[in-house]
Amino acid sequence: MKYVDEFKDRNLCLALIKEMESLLGASRVSIMEVCGTHTMAIFREGLRSLLPPAVRLLSGPGCPVCVTPTAYLNKAIALSAGEGVIIATFGDMMRVPSSSSSLERQRAAGKKIAVVYSPLEALAIAANNPDKKVVFLAVGFETTAPTLAVTAIEARKRGIANFYLFSGHKRIPPALASLARDGDLRVDGFILPGHVSAIIGVKPYLFLAEKYGLSSVICGFEPLDILQGICMILRQLKEGRADVEIQYSRVVKKDGNAEAMALLHQVFVETDSEWRGLGPIAESGYDLREEYGELDANRVFSPRLDRGEMVSVESNGCICGEILKGLKIPNQCHHFGKDCTPSSPVGPCMVSSEGTCAAYYKYG
Amino acid sequence: MPPITSMDEKILLAHGSGGRLSHKLIDEVFLRDFDNPILLEKDDGAIVEIGGEKLAFTTDSYVVKPIFFPGGDIGRLSVWGTVNDLAVMGAEPFYISCGLIIEEGLEREILERITSSMAEAARIANVLVVTGDTKVVERGGADKIYINTAGVGRVKRDLSLKRIEPGDRIILSGSIGEHEVAVLLARGELPFHSQTVTDLAPLNRLVSEILDVDGVKFIRDPTRGGLATTLNEIAQGRNLGIMVEEEKIKVSEGVKAVCELLGLDPFYLANEGKMVVVVKGDCTGEVVKKMRENPLGRETEIIGEVVGDLNGRVYLRTRVGGTRILDMLTGDQLPRIC
Repeated sequence: MKYVDEFKDRNLCLALIKEMESLLGASRVSIMEVCGTHTMAIFREGLRSLLPPAVRLLSGPGCPVCVTPTAYLNKAIALSAGEGVIIATFGDMMRVPSSSSSLERQRAAGKKIAVVYSPLEALAIAANNPDKKVVFLAVGFETTAPTLAVTAIEARKRGIANFYLFSGHKRIPPALASLARDGDLRVDGFILPGHVSAIIGVKPYLFLAEKYGLSSVICGFEPLDILQGICMILRQLKEGRADVEIQYSRVVKKDGNAEAMALLHQVFVETDSEWRGLGPIAESGYDLREEYGELDANRVFSPRLDRGEMVSVESNGCICGEILKGLKIPNQCHHFGKDCTPSSPVGPCMVSSEGTCAAYYKYG
Repeated sequence: MPPITSMDEKILLAHGSGGRLSHKLIDEVFLRDFDNPILLEKDDGAIVEIGGEKLAFTTDSYVVKPIFFPGGDIGRLSVWGTVNDLAVMGAEPFYISCGLIIEEGLEREILERITSSMAEAARIANVLVVTGDTKVVERGGADKIYINTAGVGRVKRDLSLKRIEPGDRIILSGSIGEHEVAVLLARGELPFHSQTVTDLAPLNRLVSEILDVDGVKFIRDPTRGGLATTLNEIAQGRNLGIMVEEEKIKVSEGVKAVCELLGLDPFYLANEGKMVVVVKGDCTGEVVKKMRENPLGRETEIIGEVVGDLNGRVYLRTRVGGTRILDMLTGDQLPRIC
């Protein structure tokens, strides 16, 4: 396929591996890929089996489903029990365990839950079912937030009064700052997310290099993109530099996408947010602005939870938190592959198609 | 928190996906209650003996949505799906039954379009629809129409997983994923279009071209769960490893584009006109040549081989030269396609 197959050329990949070996010398490096799409691409293409053994890849907190806390899911499930409510969600959320259920189980129990591919599809469901209340579970990062903003603006423009957003959106840079501050983190560099960066540009990441001396490269998602990105990090390390460079220049501009950011800020406001595995992080989420309050499922329905359900508690022994920080790998979890599999996940990293545990389980 | 186990109190859509959960349900419920040596073979159909004659016997239900899709419809699918299940067991299909569950309110014209499509499909595959049943359920009790077909055929060659050994080659008759992508796009829920049509086709003639080659050991059609699930069934059934080469597995541009856009893996997409053949190494050339002479097999490729690992796993050598595990489908990723 044009513009995709070109980035899977075996000979060019092998040349990059050779270049890595010469850049590495005798040193060993640990690099974290922040984004779940990178994690899956690395596994799907079998890149780990090609890399020099001295390059260790760790998976970070860049899977939106994995970092969505239990309390959010508990609320979503409480919302699904409402009279005339249709929950619209991306498919990945279906099997994520909440405190006592999952959306998949709620659907089997008769609740109305629609799997959609885009928020505009959820808006169409609302338009076609004026007697129902359609709540879209808005999880994602800066990549999807502008689309949500467009959907909210469109809902208001078209006077669709039965459409609501339940925002669980997250921002990547504050999570990276939290990781960088964490004394336990042992990485030499970051592969930064291509799609998020297409929206926010380079500036929000500069602190990684300037404050923490961490070499970073914004990468695309094809094998050649990722391998070239790793080479760029190794070159920075060899030259003793810490910069934020763009490998994915065919999509990412230095200043990002100003139009998308303007739409995002028109509808959303930065807010403190809880991350599954990482805990609360200041200004790391997006809430709907007060001006869009009538669309905010959280405000309109104020779903009630038991005290226990308000607190996000991980399953006994689940180490998804440490995995998201790159401190452990899935094989070190005693649930992994035993009672925790993609069809019966214990923790969120196993359920999402972008989750680290799911990648380890699926691709080995 | 109680673990959400797959054997929970309710059946989930994922239990019907053809992947890991379906297998678990079969093992834990059906094989327990219907325990007998023929069923325990866990094949796409059963080989039964009546009066010294070996017959292949199979059944399948079709609940595809929408009922008409590019290149096919539920009627044609219900006939050829059963013909294919018999053919890949090494049998020549003869007779088909047709059970219809119709939702109240279905237009008669639509029913007639479906039955005439079934009749044409039966003519093409050289089988007769010899018995049937009709039930009408109240509106909302079914989704337009469901069809169950069963079929019998005479076994021409014993094919068995048991003969598979390291060094055998894996052959695939063409590109993967067209059926599922065609059906998915025909639902009209996605904001883009593609020219992809289903690969739905009767495989009995293609199978009969190669049945006289002694080195042909096993044939299967990779329907629900896709190529990955079929390869896993073979590997696990024999407890041997399989290594396949990504660059030998054809994926059409249309399927590739949909997979890129929706994040789907073509190895898990359903096919309705493709077959996987396991062949003894030195017979491979002859089988490939014969298959390529048939229009349904003209894109036949050797995609991999059985290897000695005694762990029942399937490995994929990726296009860039890396290696990864190609696991069975673990959940339901898409709407009804078969």
